[in-house]
Amino acid sequence: MRTAVDIAAGVRAGELSALEVLDEHLERVVLREAEIHAFNHLTEEAARAAATGLDRRVAAGEDPGPLAGVPVALKDNLCTEGVPTTCSSRILEGWIPPYTATVVERLVAAGAVPVGKTNLDEFAMGSSTENSAFGPTRNPHDVTRVPGGSSGGSAAAVAAGFAPVSLGSDTGGSIRQPAALCGVVGVKPTYGTVSRLGLVAFGSSLDQIGPFSATVADAALVLEVIGGHDPGDSTSLPGSFPSVSEHLDDGVSGLRVGIVTEMMGDGIAADVTARVRAAADALAAAGATVEEVSVRAVTYGLSAYYLVAPAEASSNLARYDGVRYGVRVEAATAGEMMEATRTAGFGDEVKRRIMLGTYALSAGYYDAFYGKALKVRTLIRRDFDAAYERFDVLLSPTSPTTAFPFGDKTADPMAMYLNDVCTIPTNLAGHPAMSVPFGVGDDGLPVGVQVLAPALGEVVMFRTAAVLEGSVR
Amino acid sequence: MSLDLDVWEIVIGLEVHTELLTRTKLFSGAVNRFGGEPNTHIDPMTLGLPGALPVLNEHAVELAIRVGLALNCTVQRSVFARKNYFYPDQPKNYQISQYELPINADGWLELPSGKRVGIERAHLEEDTGKSTHVGGGGRIHDARYSLVDLNRAGVPLLEIVGRPDLRTADEAKAYVSELRSILVAVGASDGKMEEGSLRVDCNVSVRHRGDSDFGTRCEIKNINSLRAMGRAIDYEAARQADLISSGEAVVQQTRHWNDTEGRTTLLRSKEDADDYRYFPDPDLVEIDPGPEWIERVRAALPMLPSARRHRLAERTGAELERTALVVERGLDELCLTAVDAGADPERVLTHAEHNLADERAAGLDPEAFAQLVAMETDGRLTATQTKAVLAEMVDTGDGPDAIAARHGYEAMDSGSLEPIVDGLIEANPAEWERFCDGDAKVAGFFVGQVMKATQGKADGKAVTALLNARRG
Repeated sequence: MRTAVDIAAGVRAGELSALEVLDEHLERVVLREAEIHAFNHLTEEAARAAATGLDRRVAAGEDPGPLAGVPVALKDNLCTEGVPTTCSSRILEGWIPPYTATVVERLVAAGAVPVGKTNLDEFAMGSSTENSAFGPTRNPHDVTRVPGGSSGGSAAAVAAGFAPVSLGSDTGGSIRQPAALCGVVGVKPTYGTVSRLGLVAFGSSLDQIGPFSATVADAALVLEVIGGHDPGDSTSLPGSFPSVSEHLDDGVSGLRVGIVTEMMGDGIAADVTARVRAAADALAAAGATVEEVSVRAVTYGLSAYYLVAPAEASSNLARYDGVRYGVRVEAATAGEMMEATRTAGFGDEVKRRIMLGTYALSAGYYDAFYGKALKVRTLIRRDFDAAYERFDVLLSPTSPTTAFPFGDKTADPMAMYLNDVCTIPTNLAGHPAMSVPFGVGDDGLPVGVQVLAPALGEVVMFRTAAVLEGSVR
Repeated sequence: MSLDLDVWEIVIGLEVHTELLTRTKLFSGAVNRFGGEPNTHIDPMTLGLPGALPVLNEHAVELAIRVGLALNCTVQRSVFARKNYFYPDQPKNYQISQYELPINADGWLELPSGKRVGIERAHLEEDTGKSTHVGGGGRIHDARYSLVDLNRAGVPLLEIVGRPDLRTADEAKAYVSELRSILVAVGASDGKMEEGSLRVDCNVSVRHRGDSDFGTRCEIKNINSLRAMGRAIDYEAARQADLISSGEAVVQQTRHWNDTEGRTTLLRSKEDADDYRYFPDPDLVEIDPGPEWIERVRAALPMLPSARRHRLAERTGAELERTALVVERGLDELCLTAVDAGADPERVLTHAEHNLADERAAGLDPEAFAQLVAMETDGRLTATQTKAVLAEMVDTGDGPDAIAARHGYEAMDSGSLEPIVDGLIEANPAEWERFCDGDAKVAGFFVGQVMKATQGKADGKAVTALLNARRG
């Protein structure tokens, strides 16, 4: 399968037809989509028209941009003008946004060709894509198993070759965990480097958009296009996204790498920790120094996350009330209509988190729950900062296990939440982290290794990821 | 109902919401304009569409700082918070407001009487949309259906929370008038209560005069004019005093003012108050204006009404309270320039108070005004003639000389007044006797008769002097 870097280079040089590239991918969709269910909505016609337009522009001597002719799949919580955006929720069924998310505008402006909207856990709440109102996505490596979540559709789309790259969103691991389970690269960039405008909010202080790809270089290319300041997002950092691609071959010689002790013990499968140690060895062989490091506060990450994220979600999801758009269930009074709409429109996991968050913010409980969670957040940031005084990057598993069978964890929310124990602390700190495929577990399924870096440490994070990628090839 | 103010004291604290005069909304580029076809001043943020994000309007912050400085507040680092509650005209089902850290804290405002009223805070927040309940009594509970207009949703508001320092309905009215003058002076608001760009909620309690503790308060909503506010306060105070007098307790409530019926009715009691679940809005960053911005705003502030009143009082020697009307009419500059040009301050103020209610009066040429006052004080024009000339100056813009000449105005000298006065004394012996017995009011009768006989050309003061001389 072609990489995004190769496609863009070929199309820009006039050696590849964007339309032919698109058709190659759509053929794979035809063959496997019924089985995988990566998409909520395909936009083949618009994609063909866009690809044809690109080919015409190249023929006319124009350069369509750094992603010329690259098919891209979009998580269905990114607003796309004229194309349904559902968040895999009944409550948004039939809603068509009148505007497009900044990241999608930037992709299209760079020549990318959106092919469709991918499945997710409803409102990005989940770790298996089983919480989708439209049915789960299946893991292309083993269709009896989950692809991870919440961005399961975007991860599966890349793993199945439906698109070389896709976008997801990561609030507590929703890009990195499915990337690990589907054997692809997934990046959560530093909070504030990628605009959230047009991303349907889950936990606003944690949400970041990022890419999935087959290669580290493709992820870098996409990030360079979608990243950088957006005046439409008040939490967007000033300046442009750092140029990562040009440093991919810099190597890790002299880099100090720390393995996070707290993420290598209880609850993490032995075959997964073995792959992390193998990754550390590969980095050491490439000239890095490797040590274990304790980042104590990360053990409170899960608890803090399940107060902060639901609290913000309880407020963010209040707007789905049947008054202005989406589904409405009629009732005698406005209040009863809202209640009936939300009861019918939201799935169980979403309701669970709204209730959890509402409780955490309630008068008399705020200090004990939300307030304390904010303090834990500060502690986690502090402990990470201390670790980054001694290390350039940190290493850990992305997910505690490889892909698990459908239904395995749906009965026990806590077991499902534990999937994100290694990814959540990064979101709480606002730091970047990425998952890189690094071999397989005992079951032959992909294992992802997580590379963590300090805020705005994307260059060193990608250098490390590139070395890991090179060592398993 | 009325209240014996020798026994009772009313304690009033006002919360005033003012819409800020920005071009666009507080957190989006949708236009901020009163009225319009329903749901036309909207965009994704105003509608609370999925994925929409707020971007703070810098001009709204600037206006908030202007008001804060004009109200002697500390302008500080502030944080936006979400106030969560479900209502159909609240598109996100939360309102972005300021909670723990308002942009303006701890200031005061001076009433024309000289009394200072404390300001607890003045914070930024977004307005809601407007609901129209169709059928039933026009209230949501028994409506057949409701219509929502989001044109107003997201319009920037400044909520100005006053301390419970007011003691009478008149004082409360003076407070709102003063606040409105300040808001208009700094360009923050058009101050139109009837269009809802200025809205007042009243917290009212009563206590026995001499008590130091506050009574239990009720909040009154739906006040649409100063007059309604005065009536609502007096009604509510009497209602509470009646309760206490009959041995009952005042219960903390929010009450609705019904202007037609002239009474307040229960809206909700404290027990069913919402839990707003405030928390810092993660979509926004804190505002820290910093000393440079604040000082730039301060330097650009116009002179405020209270300072103008003090200035006018000092330079005319008038009582402070007397200056309020002149400043409110915007005639203080005119008066001061006329006084500087040599006009008699007392006559200048009198004319500004009584003879210059016309909106065009502020456009008078102060030199010409001063000249007119000089003609009056020199005795060249009578008070009546002066008043007529002044009105015509406002109308035509002509100078006082020209107008007086056109009408043939000139004050009669006392020589030609004497035969008229003597004739009147002779013709009205009874009145003359009463005047001689010390009934000063009768002087007015004679002056009036002289004016009638001379078609207003006589100088009233000269007539009085002549009468006194004749009495001996």
